[in-house]
Amino acid sequence: MTASFTATICVALATMLAATASGQTFAPPSGATLAATCTGCHGPNGQSAGAIPALNGRTEADLLQAMLDFKNDRRPATMMNRHAKGFSDEEIAAMAREIATNWR
Amino acid sequence: MSRKGLTRRGLAGAILAAAPVASMVSAQPARRRVVVIGGGFGGAAAARHLRLADPSIDVTMIEPKAEFQTCPFSNYVLAGFKTMADITHGYGTLTARHGVTHVRDMAAAIDPAAKTVRLAGGQTLGYDKLVVSPGIDLRWGAIPGYDEAASAVMPHAWQAGPQTILLRSQLEAMPDDGVVVLSIPGNPFRCPPGPYERISMIAHYLKAKKPRAKIIALDAKDAFSKQGLFQDAWKELYPNMIEWVPLGQDGRVVQVIPGEMTLVTEFGQRHRAHVANVIPPQMAGKIARDAGLAATEGSLAGWCPVDPFTFESTRAKDIHVIGDAAIAGAMPKSGFAASSQAKFVARAIAASFAGHPAEAPVYANTCYSLAAPDYGISVADIFRATPGGIVAVQGAGGVSPRTPANAPQFRDQEAHYAEGWYASATREIWGS
Repeated sequence: MTASFTATICVALATMLAATASGQTFAPPSGATLAATCTGCHGPNGQSAGAIPALNGRTEADLLQAMLDFKNDRRPATMMNRHAKGFSDEEIAAMAREIATNWR
Repeated sequence: MSRKGLTRRGLAGAILAAAPVASMVSAQPARRRVVVIGGGFGGAAAARHLRLADPSIDVTMIEPKAEFQTCPFSNYVLAGFKTMADITHGYGTLTARHGVTHVRDMAAAIDPAAKTVRLAGGQTLGYDKLVVSPGIDLRWGAIPGYDEAASAVMPHAWQAGPQTILLRSQLEAMPDDGVVVLSIPGNPFRCPPGPYERISMIAHYLKAKKPRAKIIALDAKDAFSKQGLFQDAWKELYPNMIEWVPLGQDGRVVQVIPGEMTLVTEFGQRHRAHVANVIPPQMAGKIARDAGLAATEGSLAGWCPVDPFTFESTRAKDIHVIGDAAIAGAMPKSGFAASSQAKFVARAIAASFAGHPAEAPVYANTCYSLAAPDYGISVADIFRATPGGIVAVQGAGGVSPRTPANAPQFRDQEAHYAEGWYASATREIWGS
């Protein structure tokens, strides 16, 4: 609970205070930008090259539920519980939508 | 923010609609040119993702080598259960399928004012944006006695290739009761858990082939990445084989004498070795330093300061420095981190060309190490940019649990995932 709260605060800070020394402002990361953090392990477009589960072809509801369960330690994991806590629930929803919609 | 974005897109649309106006057409070059220096985890990923983000961008990657050998998994070549072929990746998919131009040459100089890169072969390339991903150079002479000639006797094997093969052959040739001595640098350096995975992999080989041999690891630090996990594994898998000597117990090597196969520590202790693996202090690749992209003083001298939101150099406009060469706050110098930065920078460059608003970045690192072929451990983090630098999201990430339920199964599962991680990470960059 505390961990997830801290993560939310940090995420909020990162997106709202998004102004550099040069004064440039930044839009919140899109689903595509967020989902790009998945492909290093799960493969390009979620087409896994090995033992790590593929993500392409999964439904939005399935992906969303899995990520929220990892985040809240309701589903056993070796690593995904650590990753999932790095994102707000809204970001997880955007990632799930992006993957289910655009990854084939 | 999204309204502003829409307005900009609307404006871009209006310009496109007005394209027949000659002056507007000639104000912009037909194709935007991005030059990428380096074909490793950062450079090759940037080249590929630039083309994926916008196929109209002209992408030239400057990399002298015909193929790339990864540092990740090179420790398994030392252990004998992977081959050099397993860690070698070509550029065929990047060029044939993604339309990246691969120029096999060295980048000799960057002119940030003229926005050009001069190649060793004499050619000069102009760019609209430059991505510099040169990796590390070794600081020859930082440890007195350790220069390039010494590395032929005491390999570093910290850039995969002939050095990996040399260290492997020395391990095979050493006597059954021989001593392997490693010298490990202080922070920052490429691949923080790498030296400790290497200790594990050398121990794995020795346990099977030369069980009377010893490993002494001389470290210029008092703490290291995944420390508890590695030390638990060493105790369990390789009892009495590994001695790790931290800084506080005279671990810092201050001189090497290759002719005598001797390493000397700060307080004058001399360690004789049958095999000496010296991982020396490091700095950003030469091209970045020569171009004035690196800090010249302070504890991070020799590394390149960048904007945490864009990886644009704080020292030169329109030049993005990524990967091990960059000062990336909480992000480690790892191949995975470099490719994560590359993906974001590619999207950001494409967005800027298109006149779209930039998105706040999200970076990731995932790094598996093996303590044995069936014993994997990992570290994972999600990173965000703040005006003060790149930070790991608090409450997330971290290392594998030290005492999971059913530990043997958990470690074995992570070892399988390590294989999958490598397969996916390299496919995403070099693969089909």
